[in-house]
Amino acid sequence: MTPSQHSDTTPDGDWFTIRQVTHADLPDVVNLDARVTGMQKQDYWDDIYVRFVERGNDKRFFLVAQANDAADNPALLGFVVGEVRAWEFGSAPCGWITGISVDPDSRLHAVGECLFRSISEKFEAIGITTMRTMVGRSNHLLMAFFRSEGMMAGPYLQLEKELG
Amino acid sequence: MRLQVASRLAIFALIELARDPEQKLSVGEIGDKFGVSSHHLAKVMHALGRAGLVRSVRGVGGGYRFAGNVRRVTLLDVVNLFEDISAVEGERSGTAEATDAGQALGVVLDEIDDIARATLGSITIATMLKLMDRQKSGGTKS
Repeated sequence: MTPSQHSDTTPDGDWFTIRQVTHADLPDVVNLDARVTGMQKQDYWDDIYVRFVERGNDKRFFLVAQANDAADNPALLGFVVGEVRAWEFGSAPCGWITGISVDPDSRLHAVGECLFRSISEKFEAIGITTMRTMVGRSNHLLMAFFRSEGMMAGPYLQLEKELG
Repeated sequence: MRLQVASRLAIFALIELARDPEQKLSVGEIGDKFGVSSHHLAKVMHALGRAGLVRSVRGVGGGYRFAGNVRRVTLLDVVNLFEDISAVEGERSGTAEATDAGQALGVVLDEIDDIARATLGSITIATMLKLMDRQKSGGTKS
């Protein structure tokens, strides 16, 4: 079944599976990220894979959504990356979503929602009660997604300064 | 921040209609719920109709139905129909605003405007309905 055959209002994950990433998924992850962001970041994703998967860490999660039907194209529908960080900026341990992406042609079919909920469950399972992320202020689409999943502005403000 | 009355009424009316896209409500019914005059609300509903966010149903038992996409229409889309939440034209172009202090204050106010736009632009009608459900159940979790 292809994404276009799915309702855009019914959260229905039966046509895809959320699972931990494998090394074989990396080219698809890199390509999806490059398609969405316009930047190819092979080294970055290699490093993420080593730190989140190969070294083994029960507080780091790298999940992918894969279409169950091999005829579906693309097979990799999306991914989410997150980890528990503790005491940075004075914050008690909380789960950070550091990256999430869904194939543009597969959006509005609950893929992102299932990825979000899967990583939420991973965090909850290890006792984490707060989840956090950061979104570009002009990226209304991604911000709208996180808000639709119940995220609100948190108690911290991100500040920055141009150097040089 | 404060929204103009028309913006607030428009948001309330859209949420009320979007609770059940099949239902139709008259201006009087919506006005009664939020304690506003039908006269004022009628102008707001007319603007929402022109924007394609509601559809008027004529005849006995007529009224309005929600006609937008609850997952795509944001609060900013609605507010922009009635007001510009950025600085009022001319408000930041006077003599005082041209001084170094005025320009520094302008940077701060622009930051506030940007945050307000980002917030309103990322909250859809569907998200508002979910937020209301969570408030009703007394929790904040999704």
